Amino acid sequence: MNILTWLTEPFAYGFMSNALTVALAAALVCSVLSCWLVLMGWALMGDAISHAVLPGVAISYLVGVPFAVGALAFGLGAVFLIGALRSTTSLKSDTAIGVVFTALFALGLAIVSKTPSEVDLGHILFGNVLGVTMPDLVQVCVLAVLTLSVLLYLRKDLMLLAFDKVHAHALGINTRALNFLLLGLLALTVVTSLQAMGIILVVAMLIIPGATAFLWTRSFGRMLMLAAGLGVASAVCGLYVSYYLDVSASAAIVLAQASFFAVTYLAAPEQGMIARARLRGAA
Amino acid sequence: MSVIQVQDLTVSYGALKALDGVDFSVDAGELCGLVGVNGSGKSTLFKSLMGLVSPKRGSVRLFGHDQLRARKQGLITYVPQAEDVDWTFPVSVRDVVMMGRYGHMGRSRRPAAADRAAVDDALERVALTDLAHRQIGQLSGGQKKRTFVARGIAQEAELMLLDEPFAGVDVTSEKLIMNLLTTLTTEGRTILMSTHDLAGVPTFCTQAILLHHSVLASGAPAAVLTESNLAQAFGGPRQEEK
Repeated sequence: MNILTWLTEPFAYGFMSNALTVALAAALVCSVLSCWLVLMGWALMGDAISHAVLPGVAISYLVGVPFAVGALAFGLGAVFLIGALRSTTSLKSDTAIGVVFTALFALGLAIVSKTPSEVDLGHILFGNVLGVTMPDLVQVCVLAVLTLSVLLYLRKDLMLLAFDKVHAHALGINTRALNFLLLGLLALTVVTSLQAMGIILVVAMLIIPGATAFLWTRSFGRMLMLAAGLGVASAVCGLYVSYYLDVSASAAIVLAQASFFAVTYLAAPEQGMIARARLRGAA
Repeated sequence: MSVIQVQDLTVSYGALKALDGVDFSVDAGELCGLVGVNGSGKSTLFKSLMGLVSPKRGSVRLFGHDQLRARKQGLITYVPQAEDVDWTFPVSVRDVVMMGRYGHMGRSRRPAAADRAAVDDALERVALTDLAHRQIGQLSGGQKKRTFVARGIAQEAELMLLDEPFAGVDVTSEKLIMNLLTTLTTEGRTILMSTHDLAGVPTFCTQAILLHHSVLASGAPAAVLTESNLAQAFGGPRQEEK
């Protein structure tokens, strides 16, 4: 078999080309957003919102509405609850996050366990990128384009929010609204990526591309592009590995990202271990 | 017209009164030093001027407007303390100075030729042109401060608030920054800076305010920083600021 057939063969199947589209859309949105999550210190928030959508997804399947509707409702609900807990108690924010997302996740599990035949828990938790239907595909693409457009259009303001809230405030920018917007975009992104990654692994895509890009560059613009490139590359690599080695697709995608991160950790130009060791040796 | 007009300003955090009936005003072109011990309410006063805390009582007027309107007109800039900045953030000196221009740009903050020119000018004035593309974490303490002062210059802010500008700055940089601030005030800008550095205040400042939850004295530095006033400000029981 020559290399070209090796590369094109998987995507001759409809389910594989659908999987590629959905995985690419998810990877792109997640990677771009991950730059902000890494810089804002919101990794746990990403994990929380992805877990908190479980009851929403389960209810959507039960009542027969698109899963994005329920997931988004619970994602935003979790944001609201966490914000409310933080502003009305003196609990630290990771505590507030921990209380809310575990409770919602448990609620989701309870709903699923009462109705095991209607909902496939495995697919929700670990993704089902190979079983994407046409309506799913459309849903994911619309959400991805919407989220990505808002992120990129407001990227300067959102960067300022992450870097210097007080300056944003000094310029008369409504930082509270901007903060909620970013949380809303996080919820949308989680919903977009649910099909490809599942609730458990979506957080990998929300953190690793941004973290990897952060180690490579000291420019925000380059960080965005690099993260997007890494996200897309890992989605493609992951699907090949999944097809030829018969490995879970979401697992393969995350493992590809983790490999990129590991290489970066060692070999990044200034912040990598090798460069640092060399610097110490020279000094 | 006063640039800053504060009347009966009272701010409390729970039971703790950080500011209690603070009254003072600062006129255009003054370089005003805000002096007080840690926990005397200096940071809270800055937050009140910026509209980041809501007062229990009293009022803040900036350029005769409420602070929101003054902010929306881009009249105020704030130079943060070094420890409040994430120095690992992937932005260059030039990126930070460009943030001063956001108020002059459209929603997507795309810089026009005028914005780039203003940034070039500001960088030149603080002598950072050569370091414009350096990531901010790779600067010295003085260069870091100058970066944020340049942002205020590029913003064309009329009022600059500096929180402890000389903490972690070497003596040479301190002189350079003081000279720069003096020049900025002679051009009509107004500067309020909090400082521990009592020695520098009479030399450089045209006004001093001695704060200990309320204003103990305000006016010409020599008249404010008298021995008995300082004893009152620095000898009193300390309260930790929240």
